[in-house]
Amino acid sequence: MPYPQALKELIKKVEATRPERVARKKKGEEVPFMSLDERAATLQFHPDVKEEGRRALLVGPSKGYRLAHEYADLLEAMPRVDPDKVDLSTPHIETDVLVIGGGGAGTAAALLAQEQGAKVLVATKLRHGDANTMMAEGGIQGCSKGHKDSPYYHYLDVMGGGHFVNVPELVETLVTEAPDVLQWLEHLGMNFSKFPDGRLKTMHGGGTSRKRMHYAADITGAEIMRTIRDEARNRAADITVLEFSPAVELILDDQGKCAGALLYNMETEEYLVVRAKAVVMATGGSGRLHVQSFMTTNHYGATFDGVVMAYRAGVPVCFLHTIQYHPTGVVFPEQAEGILITEKFRGIGANLVNVEGNQFVNEREPRDVEAAAIIKECTKKGLGVPTPTGRFGVWLDSPMIEDLHGPGTVEKEFPGKHILYERFGIDISKEPMLIYPTLHYQNGGLEYQSDGSTRIAGLYVAGEVGGGVHGENRLMGNSLLDILVFGRLAGAAAGVYAKAKGASLGKLSLDHVRVFTKELQESKVGADRVSPLLLPDYTLLDTKSRQLTSHYVGSLR
Amino acid sequence: MSTTAPIGEDKIVAKVTSKHVPIYVMGKRYDVPDSLTIMKAMEYAGYKFIRGCGCRGGICGACGTVYKKPDDYKIHVGLACQTVVQEGMHLTQIPFYPATRTVFDYEQTPAVAEAVFKAYPELFRCVACNACTKICPMDVPVMDYVAAIKRGDFEKATELSFDCIQCGLCASRCMAEMAQYHIAQMVRRIYGGKIKPKATHLAVMVDNVKAGKFKDGLEQLKKADVATLKQLYMSKDAREIEPNMSEDEWVPTNNAYL
Ligand SMILES: Cc1cc2nc3c(=O)[nH]c(=O)nc-3n(C[C@H](O)[C@H](O)[C@H](O)COP(=O)(O)OP(=O)(O)OC[C@H]3O[C@@H](n4cnc5c(N)ncnc54)[C@H](O)[C@@H]3O)c2cc1C
Ligand code: FES
Repeated sequence: MPYPQALKELIKKVEATRPERVARKKKGEEVPFMSLDERAATLQFHPDVKEEGRRALLVGPSKGYRLAHEYADLLEAMPRVDPDKVDLSTPHIETDVLVIGGGGAGTAAALLAQEQGAKVLVATKLRHGDANTMMAEGGIQGCSKGHKDSPYYHYLDVMGGGHFVNVPELVETLVTEAPDVLQWLEHLGMNFSKFPDGRLKTMHGGGTSRKRMHYAADITGAEIMRTIRDEARNRAADITVLEFSPAVELILDDQGKCAGALLYNMETEEYLVVRAKAVVMATGGSGRLHVQSFMTTNHYGATFDGVVMAYRAGVPVCFLHTIQYHPTGVVFPEQAEGILITEKFRGIGANLVNVEGNQFVNEREPRDVEAAAIIKECTKKGLGVPTPTGRFGVWLDSPMIEDLHGPGTVEKEFPGKHILYERFGIDISKEPMLIYPTLHYQNGGLEYQSDGSTRIAGLYVAGEVGGGVHGENRLMGNSLLDILVFGRLAGAAAGVYAKAKGASLGKLSLDHVRVFTKELQESKVGADRVSPLLLPDYTLLDTKSRQLTSHYVGSLR
Repeated sequence: MSTTAPIGEDKIVAKVTSKHVPIYVMGKRYDVPDSLTIMKAMEYAGYKFIRGCGCRGGICGACGTVYKKPDDYKIHVGLACQTVVQEGMHLTQIPFYPATRTVFDYEQTPAVAEAVFKAYPELFRCVACNACTKICPMDVPVMDYVAAIKRGDFEKATELSFDCIQCGLCASRCMAEMAQYHIAQMVRRIYGGKIKPKATHLAVMVDNVKAGKFKDGLEQLKKADVATLKQLYMSKDAREIEPNMSEDEWVPTNNAYL
């Protein structure tokens, strides 16, 4: 729906200050970046610091670690299937490498595993490519311009964004593999935005010291996903994709090596045993848990499953105490709530402006700082813009992009968002967008090494499901990079491992699930919960009250 | 077994909208708040999606939906996750439509139009009826890009098809029975990977990394303690920030680690 009159009046205040803000920007006069102390003070408004929002885990390899209730609820929960009911003696499917999750990390892993000569099965929850990767808009980082950038500066930026606690080896791998990943994508036929001579277009993102964000208009993730998915489809002789068949449990062998997974066909409600010589866990993030009731940018299947399964099998978690709230999610119109407004809007120069039309923060602070600054503006300072649905937001001044870069720039650089708003009767090249932080990215996750390996032999981890490389806060563009860097490495390592050691696989077992269940029972937690969640539950309580014969297990009914 | 923690259910209903309107899902009437998208309205009515729902953000193509309005004869189309319900609409989702995709060996495929013609000879059965363009929920000019492909103009076809989310609705309407979106995907890859000029600066960077040019600098950073890292990070010299409005040619004054 278009902006109602009350908001149109408030937009006039944004317009009143715009010429001066544009003039300042053209002169290169920016609102100064915060010092590290100022950042720390602002971060007090970040949802992560709310101690009542989390609790210590009572079971599993990271017992004692404090994280969000929504995470703990799923880690401390019963399995969906009673291990005693599963016949492991005759697997339904055998493969060299099983990849769990058909997003960017999983697909990259499948391609590289196949290149090692492995037969690959990709089991995924929705369709191949229904994933957070598809949704990424802004871009992918990686240094490509030697006259002003190198992995050295990229490393510094990653560490600074992550509060200097990132795992150094992972960061090193990320930044040194980056150029190769970009070239791989270019080679596979991804259409990067380029100058006519082939030079890649690049821009800033929050927390970057050099313009190294590469992009494909405003659908970078979709262009990556559809390119590598197309390549996987070309290799159908070796790569099989099973859709609507999420994994619900890892299977180990009697020596504790990873040996496959139990899949659930959501349409026929059958469970399938897959025996695999190596497994790559690439299930992505967890926005659909709506931590602290935040709206989310994530796809429908982002429900933390991979962390749950691997945790049960014995892989510790790290950096899950921080969650990334993207500073700019749609807060009005309501129909689009939570949807991401890419950071590229800020990268290209759009200011964040409060109800009085004043800019209150530099638009290129790292995400956590930026999000906290917006929350602070709307709560402590009381300078948020009230929406007709009783929420608050701040303005993202997209029309100033036209003043900075010429008329038509908004439509050209942001076709996706331009159409989205147009459908609601809002022209974002003329009217600003109303935004508020939205749950966006799982900074932490499963512990893994540079080659994707974990403490369980034969189990590899890649992508958003893992933790460490981004420390406590990921910078824009480093996740698309992460999933391809580590997806490729994990896939290759899994392929090699499957070929070399796969023959020694022992008897399949779900004993780790029994042990975990026992631990739960002894700690007296989680008896009334089931995980992995698989899909979020958006059924109204009222409706449920009439569904007399259906019962809810986790989220499936 | 029962369970607690229904998640996010309070997030799907726009609290202030009071007005309910009837919609017909596959012919069956439900009364839903008039401010919801089709997707949220169906969930409001009690549907639980397995198919027909992916990104919930208008980019994955899982939720293509066709509908008719009470007062006209036309087939309308929209993404369920993006389209707001309308009073009296009759709708169905088309989450999947069978489509032929030809496997091709990307490495061996030459960057010529004939390669695509050979993979998809049905291209030439197009009768230019424009039904594909009319059904496209992304306003992609499907028929025009098909024409561009037939002319061998891959640049144009890439540009015109770029916003395609591969929902498959075009294929559902095609008289020539082709899967336009698979053909466009092949064309875009050939264009992006084999025709569009390559980034030579990227190739140089890849070589430099392989030659170990940045190893020492990274070793230093890896060994540095947090205090040192912080100091480097905040230093205007060690970590000079490229101005936002700079052109591509900008160079830092300190080039020690380039
Ligand atoms: C709206 C949005 C915009 C973004 N923009 C950017 C950006 O501009 N730049 C950037 O770098 N990053 C961006 N990100 C982050 C980035 O896109 C993701 O972090 C990244 O793509 C995750 O990739 P992945 O392969 O790990 O997970 P995904 O791409 O989410 O793939 C995981 C897959 O696993 C499947 N799955 C889940 N559970 C199971 C199960 N139990 N069994 C089987 N399969 C399962 C999922 O359905 C999904 O298909 C963005 C994210 C979002 C949501
Ligand atoms: S759910 Fe992805 S386009 Fe609607």
